[in-house]
Amino acid sequence: MSTALQGAGPGPTLSRSADLVIVGAGVVGAAAAYFAALAGRRVVVVDRGAIAGGTSSAGEGNLLVSDKEAGPELDLALYSQAVWREDLAEHAGLWEFEAKGGLVVAATEHSVAGLRELSVHQRASGVEVHDVGHSALHEYEPHLSKDLAGAAFYPQDAQVQPMLVVAHLLRLARGLGATVRTGTEVTGFLRSGDRVTGVRSTAGDIPAGAVLNAAGTWAGEVAALAHVAVPVRPRRGFVLVTEPMPPRTVRHKVYAAEYVGDVASSDAALQTSPVVEGTDSGTILIGASRERVGFDRTVSVPAISTLAAKAVALFPMLREVRLMRTYHGFRPYCPDHLPVIGADPRAPGLWHACGHEGAGIGLSAGTGKLIAQALTGGQPDLDLTPFAPDRFTDRTQDAEEAVS
Amino acid sequence: MPHTHDVTVVGAGPAGVAAAVEAAEAGLDVALIDAAAQPGGQYWRHFDEDRARPEDRRGHHGWPVFTGLRDRLYVLRDAGRVHYLPGHQVWLATRDDAGTFTLRVTPTVRDPEPAGPGHGGTGHDGQDPVVARALILCPGGYDRQLPFPGWDLPGAMAAGGVQALLKGHRALAGRRAVVGGTGPFLLPVASGLAHAGAQVAAVVEANATLGWLRDPVGAVSAPGKGVEAAQYAATLARHRIPYRTRTVIRAILGDGRVEAVRTVKVDREGRPAGPEREIAADLVALGWGFTPSLELPLMLGAATRQDVDGSLVVEVDDLQRSSVDGVYVAGEATGVGGAALSVSEGRLSALALAAALGRPRMDPGTNADADRNTEAAGNTDADGTTDGNTSADKSAASGAAADPAGIRRVQARIRRGRRFAAAMHRTYPVPAAWPRSLPDATVVCRCEEVTYGDLRHAHAELGATDARTLKMLARPGMGWCQGRICGYATAGIAAWLDGRRPTADDLLPLSGRTPAVPVRLGELAALAETVTADPAGP
Ligand SMILES: Cc1cc2nc3c(=O)[nH]c(=O)nc-3n(C[C@H](O)[C@H](O)[C@H](O)COP(=O)(O)OP(=O)(O)OC[C@H]3O[C@@H](n4cnc5c(N)ncnc54)[C@H](O)[C@@H]3O)c2cc1C
Ligand SMILES: Cc1cc2nc3c(=O)[nH]c(=O)nc-3n(C[C@H](O)[C@H](O)[C@H](O)COP(=O)(O)OP(=O)(O)OC[C@H]3O[C@@H](n4cnc5c(N)ncnc54)[C@H](O)[C@@H]3O)c2cc1C
Repeated sequence: MSTALQGAGPGPTLSRSADLVIVGAGVVGAAAAYFAALAGRRVVVVDRGAIAGGTSSAGEGNLLVSDKEAGPELDLALYSQAVWREDLAEHAGLWEFEAKGGLVVAATEHSVAGLRELSVHQRASGVEVHDVGHSALHEYEPHLSKDLAGAAFYPQDAQVQPMLVVAHLLRLARGLGATVRTGTEVTGFLRSGDRVTGVRSTAGDIPAGAVLNAAGTWAGEVAALAHVAVPVRPRRGFVLVTEPMPPRTVRHKVYAAEYVGDVASSDAALQTSPVVEGTDSGTILIGASRERVGFDRTVSVPAISTLAAKAVALFPMLREVRLMRTYHGFRPYCPDHLPVIGADPRAPGLWHACGHEGAGIGLSAGTGKLIAQALTGGQPDLDLTPFAPDRFTDRTQDAEEAVS
Repeated sequence: MPHTHDVTVVGAGPAGVAAAVEAAEAGLDVALIDAAAQPGGQYWRHFDEDRARPEDRRGHHGWPVFTGLRDRLYVLRDAGRVHYLPGHQVWLATRDDAGTFTLRVTPTVRDPEPAGPGHGGTGHDGQDPVVARALILCPGGYDRQLPFPGWDLPGAMAAGGVQALLKGHRALAGRRAVVGGTGPFLLPVASGLAHAGAQVAAVVEANATLGWLRDPVGAVSAPGKGVEAAQYAATLARHRIPYRTRTVIRAILGDGRVEAVRTVKVDREGRPAGPEREIAADLVALGWGFTPSLELPLMLGAATRQDVDGSLVVEVDDLQRSSVDGVYVAGEATGVGGAALSVSEGRLSALALAAALGRPRMDPGTNADADRNTEAAGNTDADGTTDGNTSADKSAASGAAADPAGIRRVQARIRRGRRFAAAMHRTYPVPAAWPRSLPDATVVCRCEEVTYGDLRHAHAELGATDARTLKMLARPGMGWCQGRICGYATAGIAAWLDGRRPTADDLLPLSGRTPAVPVRLGELAALAETVTADPAGP
């Protein structure tokens, strides 16, 4: 066992203070730890479970720009793309980074028109999009249904293996002096007046210059320990995993145009527009449904059967392929579908990087780098105002309750 | 709307058949689903009923108990009181809003054996769901496997697999066999092989002796077990089969298939304590106890616990009720304890459910005989000394009344059975230090070809300190079998690398699987039409 990685145990109170305590060893906490350590900060990452034990190991690893409408989230996605491909380029092989590209298909001429319109705005923001007509579809994906009208191809869409991202970013951070404490739950904050000066944990107090709340779907609970409200809630998603198939059966990330509408929806009811993709190991992943049902862990037949039906509609050959496994996770969801990133003016010393919903893997790299820049007093590369922790008014929350 | 049964029993092994029969005789409307073509489960697995031979009963303890239960089952089936669905696997179990349980089934991929009498005639197309107000889950278990060099060579098999070939197909998987691992279940496998004409070169037992023979608790709790063990010992002696205790198979040797095993004496912890020796063999049967099948109970949210043998099992109360309202669990899934205990648990679950539903018995029967008889399930002689024990057959056909005294008698028998099982598990633990001398190249997960070295790397470099993280970072259990084979071993390795004993938290992430068995996406997609209005459809 590496010396810097410690289990919980009844160890003594941590005497050493840190510049930064990060609550949560998910992908967002890991990225922040890496960039903060790189910037010379003494970092302690604390997680109540294992590394990558939360949503980061319960989803998929799509780094998508294709599913985002022009706006702050797309800006963050594009910024993150650059961080994945430049800052983290030398490590890309460790987490199986693959720029396989995304193919968004449309069933009707009407949806093709919608795709084209979306792409106009996306191009203006810097997204690369190729229009694909009906006749060219099968050059991209030989097994696609013949009934589709057209598609748009997004070469920037990529994928990673999220758990390996977390493990390696934390390993690299440890190499830069960071400490990772698993099995350690944060139970409160150390305060000096309004200021947050560290955390209380099941392994003792950890004083720190700053605390970053990267607790994902549970970030609202952690924020509440500091008496501030951050409206992060769970949005459940199921993923289907098939038996292994020959390589390149499905070559890109393929999903239906209707998916973009689902992602941006505030509807609590079930939405299922599957993203179908092959993996290194040969299995095909079909994900993911979206529904707001709290932390319900029982299998939902409507969710998994509709995913299967829609995947079969895209790729008829999948009908005979066997489902090996399903799993589910809870996306950290904010009412306006934007993450919370930055310092909390209501509790000086407390920072947040949470609420990335269904895009936290992709957005983690950019989020981590931006947080490190802001924490070290620099001007972040991207304006963090749209992600401000105190942006939520009672009204946005009321409107949210109304639809849920 | 499909018909709603009072109860669906899953599994037609000792526990499931007993539960189904008892429930139906108590007047409940019963469905019984089993993956196999014939009733009997693991233990009473047998050759195609249509082509039965007298010697098929060899190696089957309590055969009359089984045939008694089976006759009752067929009578009930023919009377329309048990809807028996053999050859079908449950792949999805859900609890409905109305409080009922819906099970989705798919035909078992069948071996090339022709259909037996249990087949067909049901008219079920495998797509209709089976709905019931309550469930009795009796999914049994299968051999625990531990990885070591050569365990993946052709010719190395799970003991249960060897046994299944013998019992179900009269097929011998090799000519010269070594049986290794730990526990009393190695003995019937060895004696079965010997009877079938194989030369058994050795039984290699990791623990000390047939200690349970002398264990006072065991002897008092299940006197018949001692007799059973003595008979196995006699079989071993008659066939001159060496029984090597405190010995493990360190490696299986061979070029492309099994040619020999290398054994070594070990101490209590499993550390090498003597010279190695080589034994020529073309078949190695391996068993390290059993892993209960927990897919369905976990899918429904049932609470689990770690049993004395280290396996994860479903937690049940003294009426076989799980933590999920309306879900009863019986047999190996609640703790490994042999066929007789499984029968008792199956009966109890049915009696308790009938009482809960306020059903009177329809067939008043004498219960004292039945109680005595089912106790014999695991006790009678391997070679059939209970032949012609017609009184046992008759009493097995009557069962016990669902009166409180009847329930208490079955409960008492279960308590005795559990005590015996616990004594047995303490006598035959998997050596704590089993991963100690594993070479890095040893394959742990065969589906994904993950080696012990891969797991050590994920622990040391990547911070995987528990089984779930190990799985996420190194992929054991992510392949075709979904950890059915390597799950227990992976949990053990995770704990070993972290310097502790495996816990329920290590075992749980590798025990749950939805679906319970792989199913065609087309079959899953077909459910979409029936269950959803497709809110986001184009
Ligand atoms: C089905 C599904 C599919 C998805 N697909 C994609 C995709 O393709 N691409 C993509 O980019 N994103 C995807 N996502 C979203 C992505 O997984 C999440 O946005 C991301 O993992 C969030 O990471 P995180 O680090 O914020 O949270 P987490 O990974 O959940 O980490 C938070 C950590 O905080 C810890 N914690 C909580 N409370 C405490 C406490 N009090 N003390 C100590 N520790 C605490 C938790 O144990 C946890 O480990 C998907 C999600 C789901 C559910
Ligand atoms: C090699 C070996 C030797 C043994 N020797 C002895 C011995 O000498 N004495 C003794 O007392 N015990 C012995 N046992 C143990 C004995 O087999 C078990 O105790 C007994 O079979 C357990 O009964 P059960 O009803 O719980 O499960 P099982 O007999 O395993 O039956 C479970 C049934 O459920 C079915 N099933 C499981 N999941 C599903 C699903 N999803 N859908 C449909 N069907 C499903 C299975 O196909 C199976 O038919 C031995 C076992 C083995 C493997």
